[in-house]
Amino acid sequence: MIKFKFKNFLTSIVAIFILANPLYSAESEDLLKVKWSFKGITGKFDRASLQRGYQVYNEVCSSCHSMQYLSYRNLGEPGGPEFSEVEVKAIAASIEIEDGPDSQGEMFTRPGRPSDKFKSPYPNVNASIAANGGAYPPDMSVLVKARPGGSNYIYSVLMGYEEPPAGMILDDGVYYNKYMIGKKIKMSSPLTDGIVEYSDGTEASVDQMAKDVTTFLSWAAEPELEERHKTGTKVIIYLVLLTILVYLSMKKIWSRVNSEV
Amino acid sequence: MSDHEYVPKSKAGKWFNDRLPLLTLGSHLTDYPTPKNLNYWWTFGGILTFCLLTQIITGIVLAMHYVAHADLAFASVEHIMRDVNYGWLIRYIHSNGASMFFLAVYIHIFRSLFYGSYKSPREVIWIIGLLIYLLMMATAFMGYVLPWGQMSFWGATVITNLFSAIPLVGESITTWLWGAYSVDNPTLTRFFSLHYLMPFLILGLVVLHIWALHVPGNNNPVGIEIKKPSKDTVPFHPYITIKDAFALLMFMILFAGFVFFTPNVLGHSDNYIPANPLVTPAHIVPEWYLLPFYAILRSVPDKLGGVILMFGAIFILFVLPWLDTSKVRSAVFRPVYRQFYWIFVADVLMLGYMGAMPAEGIYLVLARVGTVYYFLHFIVVMPVVGFFEKTDPIPMSISEPVLSGGAEPALAKKDNDKI
Repeated sequence: MIKFKFKNFLTSIVAIFILANPLYSAESEDLLKVKWSFKGITGKFDRASLQRGYQVYNEVCSSCHSMQYLSYRNLGEPGGPEFSEVEVKAIAASIEIEDGPDSQGEMFTRPGRPSDKFKSPYPNVNASIAANGGAYPPDMSVLVKARPGGSNYIYSVLMGYEEPPAGMILDDGVYYNKYMIGKKIKMSSPLTDGIVEYSDGTEASVDQMAKDVTTFLSWAAEPELEERHKTGTKVIIYLVLLTILVYLSMKKIWSRVNSEV
Repeated sequence: MSDHEYVPKSKAGKWFNDRLPLLTLGSHLTDYPTPKNLNYWWTFGGILTFCLLTQIITGIVLAMHYVAHADLAFASVEHIMRDVNYGWLIRYIHSNGASMFFLAVYIHIFRSLFYGSYKSPREVIWIIGLLIYLLMMATAFMGYVLPWGQMSFWGATVITNLFSAIPLVGESITTWLWGAYSVDNPTLTRFFSLHYLMPFLILGLVVLHIWALHVPGNNNPVGIEIKKPSKDTVPFHPYITIKDAFALLMFMILFAGFVFFTPNVLGHSDNYIPANPLVTPAHIVPEWYLLPFYAILRSVPDKLGGVILMFGAIFILFVLPWLDTSKVRSAVFRPVYRQFYWIFVADVLMLGYMGAMPAEGIYLVLARVGTVYYFLHFIVVMPVVGFFEKTDPIPMSISEPVLSGGAEPALAKKDNDKI
C-alpha cells in the first residue's frame, strides 16, 4: 500500500495551499519594485525615513487626504516614527481641534493633544469630493493594505506621472499616470523636487520623498508590523522546539507497539 | 462503549459516577481502541477541533470590541487593530484561522473520499460532517461581511441575491434576508448575531460527529473492519493523542507563518476599503475556500440553474454513500477508482482557480467542463466503477501484510454485511 511519509504529508499541505490559493491580482502595468526595509521576516521600518515620511504627509498629502484612524500619540509609539514625547506634544499642539460642546452647549477650538485623532482636511467625504473635482481623495490610514501591490503600488503611482502618449486627450483636471487603472488620475503630481525641506538634511528629491512617504503610509496601515515580526519569530522558534520534543516523545511511545508512526 | 466496565477507584468518584457517568465517558475516550495504522491524514480531526475552539475563543474576544453597525463596523475593526492590546494578533488569528479551518476540513473530506470513510456503517458520521461543513461555509461567509469593507458588502450582495432566483417568492425572501431593500445595517446586525450563534451549533454537531464515530470506530487506510480491541488497535491515549499533538504543532507552525508574516495574503485588498453601495468593485470574488462553488454558479448562464447546480454540488455529497457501489472501502485497493479520485481532486482545484478568474473566454469554458465533470464523477463514475472494477486483494487484518496471501474482496464484503 501507499506509505504516507512525513515529507509527503508536509509537501502535500503546502502544495494544496498554493494550488488552492490562486493569484487574485493581475496588474496591467508591472509595478516598480523597491527593496523596502520592512519586508521579509525580520523587516523593520527605517526610523529616519518614517519621520521624513510624516513630514511629507503633513506638508503635502494632508491638505487633501485624511488619516482618520491614527492618533498623534501613534507617532511616538515603538515601531513607528518614534518621535520623542516632546515632539509628539508639539506636533499635536500645532493643530487646532474642534471640541465640545462646552457647558454652554457651544463648540470651541483648542490645541491638539497626543490622544486626538489626526485632523481631517475636510468635514466629511462629500466636502472632500466637492473640493477635488469629483474625485474622493481616499483616507490614507489603511491605503497600503487596500491596494493590490501595497507599498510598491503607492510608490509607483507617485513616480508614474508622465506626459500622456500622443493622441490621448485628457479632460481638465485629469492627469496621466501609467500605474493607475485606466492610466488616468485626478490628483496632479503631488511631489516636486524640494517641495519639502527635510530637517535632517536629506535631499528632498521626488524619488526620496516618494520612498519616505510610502514607508510612512506602510507603517500607518500596519503599525504593529515590527512587533508582529518579532513575536512571530519567537512563536515559530517555540513551536519548532516543542514540535521536536513532541516528535521524540511520540517515537518513544510508539516504540512500544509494533507499528510505524 | 468500551467492553470492560469502568469502576472509579475513589469512593467519591464512584458516588459521582453513579449519578453522572462522566468518569466512564473519560475512560471510554482514553481507552477508545484506534487502528494502529492510521496515517497523518487521520490527524485532521483533532486539528479541526483545535481550529473550531480557536475561532470561538478569538471570536468571543473580538465581539467584545467590535461594533455591528454599518457606520461604525469598519472603524471598530481598525480600533481592534490599533488600540486593543494584541487586537491585531487576535484578529489576524481569527481571519487566517478561517482559512486554516477550511484547509483542514478539505483535507479531512478528501481523506474520507480516498479511504471510503463515508461508506457503511459510517454514513451518519459523513452526513453530520457535511452539515458541519455547510454551517462552516455559512458562518465564514457571514464573518467575512462583518468588517464592512467593499468585498464584505458586495460579497453579501451577490450571495443574498442568489435567493432572488427562486421563482415567485425569491424577491420576498431576499428582502426578508436583508431586513431592508438592499444589503444594509439590518443585514449586518443579523449576520453578526448568526455569526456568533453558528459556531456553537457546529460545536454541538462536532459532539454528535465524534459520538457517531465512536459507535463503529475509526476507518483506517486499509479500509477493513478490525476487531476492537485487538493487536490491530492501540488505545487512543497516549498513542493517538501524542500523534495528533505532533501533527497539530506542525499545522500551528504553518498557521503562525500566515498570521505573523503574511496576514493579509489570503484576504482581498478591497476589503480594506470601507463599504460603498455606490461603487462596485471590478471583480467580486469570495474567499478562496468558496471558489469552486462560485465557479459552478457562474458556469451556468441561467441564474436559477446556477444556484441549483451550486447547491446541488454540495447536496450530492449527502447521497454519496449510496452512489458508491464498491464493496471495498480504501482506494488503496481500487486501482481504477484511484485514478478517478485524483482526476476529481484536480477538477476541484481547477474549479477553484476558475472561480477566481473573470467568467469569460477560456476560463468560462474550462469552468463549464469542470462543472460537468464534477457531477459526472458522482453520478456516473462512482456507481459504474464500483460495479465493474476488479479490486486488488485486501489483507485479512492490519497486522497481516497483503503479500502473505491476500484475502478475496468477498471477505471484506462479508465483514461489511455483518455490521
